[in-house]
Amino acid sequence: MENIRRVISVIVMNESSVLARVTALFAGRGYNINSLTVAPIPDSNFSHITISTKGDKRTIEQITKQLHKLIPVLKVTEHDEMVEKEMVLVKFSANESLADISALCGAYNGGIVNVGPDIVITMVADEPVRIKHYLEAIKRFSPVEVVRGGVVAIER
Amino acid sequence: MKINGAQMVCEAIIAEGVKTVFGYPGGAIMNVYDEIYKQDGFEHILNRHEQASVHAADGYARATGEVGVAMVTSGPGFTNAVTGLATAYMDSIPLVVISGQVPLAFIGTDGFQEIDAVGISRPCTKHNYLVRELSDLPRILKEAFYIARSGRPGPVLVDIPKDITAEFGEFIYPTEVEIPTYKPSCKGNNRQIKKAVEAILEAKKPLLYIGGGTVLSNASVDVKEFAKITQIPAVETLMARGVMGHSNPLLLGMLGMHGNYSSNMAMSETDLVISLGARFDDRVTGKLSEFAKYAKVIHVDIDPANIGKLVDVDYPIVGDIKNVVESLIAQIKDRVDTAKYEDWRNILDNYNNLHPQSYQDSDEIIKPQWAIERIGKLVGEDAIITSDVGQHQMWAAQHYPFDRARQWINSGGLGTMGFGFPAALGAKKGCPEKTVINITGDGSILMNMQELVTASEYKIPVINLILNNNYLGMVRQWQTFFYEKRYSSTDLSYQPNFKALAESCGGIGYDVTTKEEFDNAIKDAIKQDRVAFINVSINRLENVLPMVPAGGALYNMILEHKD
Ligand SMILES: Cc1ncc(C[n+]2csc(CCOP(=O)(O)OP(=O)(O)O)c2C)c(N)n1
Ligand SMILES: [Mg+2]
Repeated sequence: MENIRRVISVIVMNESSVLARVTALFAGRGYNINSLTVAPIPDSNFSHITISTKGDKRTIEQITKQLHKLIPVLKVTEHDEMVEKEMVLVKFSANESLADISALCGAYNGGIVNVGPDIVITMVADEPVRIKHYLEAIKRFSPVEVVRGGVVAIER
Repeated sequence: MKINGAQMVCEAIIAEGVKTVFGYPGGAIMNVYDEIYKQDGFEHILNRHEQASVHAADGYARATGEVGVAMVTSGPGFTNAVTGLATAYMDSIPLVVISGQVPLAFIGTDGFQEIDAVGISRPCTKHNYLVRELSDLPRILKEAFYIARSGRPGPVLVDIPKDITAEFGEFIYPTEVEIPTYKPSCKGNNRQIKKAVEAILEAKKPLLYIGGGTVLSNASVDVKEFAKITQIPAVETLMARGVMGHSNPLLLGMLGMHGNYSSNMAMSETDLVISLGARFDDRVTGKLSEFAKYAKVIHVDIDPANIGKLVDVDYPIVGDIKNVVESLIAQIKDRVDTAKYEDWRNILDNYNNLHPQSYQDSDEIIKPQWAIERIGKLVGEDAIITSDVGQHQMWAAQHYPFDRARQWINSGGLGTMGFGFPAALGAKKGCPEKTVINITGDGSILMNMQELVTASEYKIPVINLILNNNYLGMVRQWQTFFYEKRYSSTDLSYQPNFKALAESCGGIGYDVTTKEEFDNAIKDAIKQDRVAFINVSINRLENVLPMVPAGGALYNMILEHKD
């Protein structure tokens, strides 16, 4: 069967070791994690975990079913119609052309967020495919460090 | 009134109606043992190894259908219990295991006998808890029992730091469980059930594929009723032996690696598999692409993750087997034409006549299959049979005349040698009126033989029938078939004196080499109030047949092996 990319949202109870349960499930059953983000849902006892994964149809189905079996898991959504974003922080040398860098980041919903004596820091947030293009495009400015935030998604 | 955490544990066990707890004390669980000493709401059995405590609780659960409880200390006490947890997990057995943990302040410091119990047990429990506050303890205990027995059952670990069992607090044991994220569904979707009924009415060669979930759901009566009304033939998995009853004309036998010919052929030729609480284990299916190749599949299971995991399913039904089968019966009983499946039944009868489950008996030496048939004749329905893992287990599954669910207790999923004896102790505690016989091997029995002492101390008179082939027989069989007889580390010619071993621990031993001695030993052992070892010399090189080589198609069985 053909491998597909999928983004899965998991709503879990805020309790100790719940993230360990989720990641251990992936490790133990040999599922793949491309990225994983987690943060509490405001005004609730729940957290939202977003996992980007790859696998054939049967594997993806098993992932959602096995996740659902974990006791502290409230809801599992295999995203279909979604808005999906990833945030990236990049550090450049201040010797690079700041105007060019700023313009590039502007094209990807971001800009320069911090300027120091030797470095500048930029932030962008965009769809995963576009983030891929962005990471290609910044190469010519010799980035010093790249930190990706991982995918977050919300169903439309 | 305020009580301490240790007493809360005891009160919860009593409130849950548990009569027997199996365990082993140590530093981190001593507070609880102090309260066990003071109470008389349940009996505590001191096994001589924590693995045996968990297997005993497991045997108790399998025999009675109730939640089994075991108690261990932190560190090595807990790690010894892991095999027991994993065994119960693989077979979906409801257990609550309580483990002591180092005091909260020591967690994470590599304290004496500290081990990350929830971390280690995560993949082999249905759920687990590390209790961090006394005020959570009553709720956690209540949830543990509820989670263990509801939905697809399984073992739950509650790890309790020592300072929490010492602390005093208010105790109100909850009457209700409120876990917003856990709502197992029991009733099957009616639309799906309707579709399944149509499929059954349309099929020409339907087959009931009965798994261990049928036992867990106490659905044996309903499944038999369904088969009777529809006259659809049935096969049982290793875990479901006893569900249909051995004399049921619709039962073909056990399928899978050591299934009989007609069962495996039925699965290979059926046009509609009706799977009830079975999970398409590789020891059952053989080569997946050849398994039930011509069939549509109805899959009834309480665990949605089991459905579609290994084979494509045409009619998925998530629900409790008993519930779903009751609906199936209600919807099909006035519509089914039993004559429609008559040709199919005849085909299968012919297969059965062609290659019945059989063996070559001998006058010189006891054959293991004979031994099992013989116990069946001597005690039959009255006994609970537990088993270890190996050839003896397969012969027992093939040849014992099981009559009811929960009569046959074995480690199917994990295949744990050493399970049988302690599980027999648990079964006997749960069902004291039954004769309990552990059919075991000369390898397996040594893996928990220390339980002779437990059995003697507490007067739990179970019988261990050792089918002694001086080999790790099942591994030896694979070496014969697939490794050109290189018997690497499977020769067990170096043996203990089993009779003396039993007697040194307060039990009774028998050495048996003839059929007459066999009968006498069994009859005598049943009358004893002591634990027994019956050491039966069998022919060394007997093989379990038929056999589907691992990964082969079910219809390609080795029916005969000639040297
Ligand atoms: C704890 C454990 N270790 C190893 C095995 C692998 N194993 C499966 S069957 C078997 C041989 C069992 O020998 P015995 O108890 O004498 O039974 P027999 O096959 O001879 O009847 C072994 C070693 C196992 N199932 N469990
Ligand atoms: Mg042996």
